[in-house]
Amino acid sequence: MKKKVLATLMTATLVLGMVGCGSSKAEEASTDDAAAATEEEASTDDAAAAEGDGELIKVGIINNDPNESGYRTANDKDMKEMFTEENGYEASFAYSLKNDEQITAAQKFIQDGVDYLLLSAADTAGWDSVLQDAQDAGIRVILFDRTIDADESLYEASIVSDMAKEGETAVEWMKSQELDAYNVIHLQGVMGSAAQQGRTGALDEAVASEGWTLVTQQTAEWNAEKAQQIVQSVIDSGESFNVIYAENDDMAKGAVAALDKANISHGVGKDVIVMGFDCNKWALEELLAQNWNYDGQCNPFQASYIDEIIKTIQSGGTVEEKTIIMDEKGFDATTITQEDVDSYGI
Amino acid sequence: MENKAVKNTGKSRDWGKLFGKQIFIPIAALLLLAIFNLVTDPSFYKITLGFNSAGNPVLSGYLVTILDYGSELAILAIGMTLVTAASGGQDISVGATIAIAGSVILRILCGTNSRPDTLQAPIIVAFLVACVAAMLCGAFNGILVAYFKIQPMVATLILFTAGRSIAAWINNNELPIISDPTFSYFGGFIPGIPIPMPFFIAVACMIVIALVLKFTNLRLYIQSVGINESSARLNGLNPAFIKFLTFVILGLCVAVAGLIKVSRLSSINYSVIAKDIEMDAILAVALGGNALSGGKFNMTASILGAYVIQFLTTTLYKFNVQSDALSAYKAVVVIALVVFSAPIVREKMSALGKKIKGQSHAKGVA
Repeated sequence: MKKKVLATLMTATLVLGMVGCGSSKAEEASTDDAAAATEEEASTDDAAAAEGDGELIKVGIINNDPNESGYRTANDKDMKEMFTEENGYEASFAYSLKNDEQITAAQKFIQDGVDYLLLSAADTAGWDSVLQDAQDAGIRVILFDRTIDADESLYEASIVSDMAKEGETAVEWMKSQELDAYNVIHLQGVMGSAAQQGRTGALDEAVASEGWTLVTQQTAEWNAEKAQQIVQSVIDSGESFNVIYAENDDMAKGAVAALDKANISHGVGKDVIVMGFDCNKWALEELLAQNWNYDGQCNPFQASYIDEIIKTIQSGGTVEEKTIIMDEKGFDATTITQEDVDSYGI
Repeated sequence: MENKAVKNTGKSRDWGKLFGKQIFIPIAALLLLAIFNLVTDPSFYKITLGFNSAGNPVLSGYLVTILDYGSELAILAIGMTLVTAASGGQDISVGATIAIAGSVILRILCGTNSRPDTLQAPIIVAFLVACVAAMLCGAFNGILVAYFKIQPMVATLILFTAGRSIAAWINNNELPIISDPTFSYFGGFIPGIPIPMPFFIAVACMIVIALVLKFTNLRLYIQSVGINESSARLNGLNPAFIKFLTFVILGLCVAVAGLIKVSRLSSINYSVIAKDIEMDAILAVALGGNALSGGKFNMTASILGAYVIQFLTTTLYKFNVQSDALSAYKAVVVIALVVFSAPIVREKMSALGKKIKGQSHAKGVA
């Protein structure tokens, strides 16, 4: 019995120790999922803020785990750079990939009495009641990156990417290549995610209307290793293909690794066209080196849009459009420049 | 007449013996998959010799792919078998620890710059440090399990949740990319050798563990601790230390698998690298017919189980199974295999076999 108690105590200490580490390191990187779920890092003391100008706008930011992807890391960094004391904000952050934990964090922010709640929801459902609470408490809600299934009156604005349009831009680019035949390997993201649905939808439509061939269409779940295996499997089968349409850069990278292993040339003017999404910096560098052909942007820089909206509301104005769709580009390896890589790479 | 009957029983006893053997399950699964592929498309077995983009000879074909991609799993299965046998539980932090080991390797090779033109340290140094890191993770799990008597699944849950974030933190959340071609050898091909390197690494691990099991008492100790801890203690063994040891050995296996994983793409993605691999590793152990509650184990069967899983994955990819249905297919096959290999089912089966044998014997006498 004593041992059990001791064991429990020791584990508790260990876990707490890790959580402790997590919080202190959170400035540069969230270290611990468990800790990240609920940890908040207030950038200033309440007391200090009150003693200062007292004009700081309190924002509570609920985001997905920054480790999820390069996109999320860039998104989180953008947020942290925008919502600083110098810019007149007092920001608290909460991270989770789970909807219920995000809702808990939202409730906490409401209790803390933030002025604005910025939300990138993990899941589209289940937000009605907590957003209603926010509204009752006079808290303005702004959605970024992801929409939710809730009444429009519950939030001020939502700043999103149009995934379907990203897909269409990419497919238009494919059409403009005027290949003799289109034999496409389609590597999908996690099934059901907005990015997957938008990007797959555009390609499926083109395949149906243009008579392209899908050599294979499988989900690699955003995972480079899985993408490599799927492409390897097509190569092993001896089927011919000339386009790889990967729904993110990681999967395109995995596909290229398989091509390299089998000595299949890829890139500008080569046998296989490689397409990716998200515009990671390293991916754009591949474009610049003409190893890949196309990369579609998925803009993670929403902070400036949010800032603008908050400024409008603070100055007594109203937000005209509920849904704001960000500008997104598609880069072609033949026209991309070093400047593009520097300014759009994430 | 009598003679025939005797012969008959002899034969069925042989069958029963083979049937009762642990390794029968993975072999049967492998044969089933092999025959299925042979019937549906014999070109599955075609292997061609070609040249990769670096101009080196490489073998390609589905079988080579299986040996290639199954290697990490086989290496992990070695460690997982030992942990399962000694502690009667499983380590679910394997994937996260691979992320940590991989991150450590890249961190040391890259130094502070995440996109180095040259390696900042020899690969062997990076690998050894990663081994230490992964063994420390294993030791952490081992201490919780062996000395604090926490359920293995619960103890390893800590690293399972925290590991990937720790891995990201090691590299300041950057995504290092290594351009040096020598680093890609471990997950690809060494110039001049047409067989994928991961397979050689896996074989090396198998040889090492085979030698260890043959020339030391490790197998005996692990099994006796797994079967009955208190009687093992009464016989002068230290059960806690042996459990601890198996977790450290698993840590070493994880470091090796981590090296292969990061080498494949010369990069790392903390949240998806080796995702769900712990489940496949546990499945490999189960497929090998090992009791997941500990005790006796058969290493060969586990390793074979790992390759069966990869065989299944490759087969599913080959048949272009509808992407969202892929995991469902896999689940069905897995359920069938695991139910079939469950000790209770096999007991029933062998009882049934005996009954039939008894009847035929009775008939023969009559």
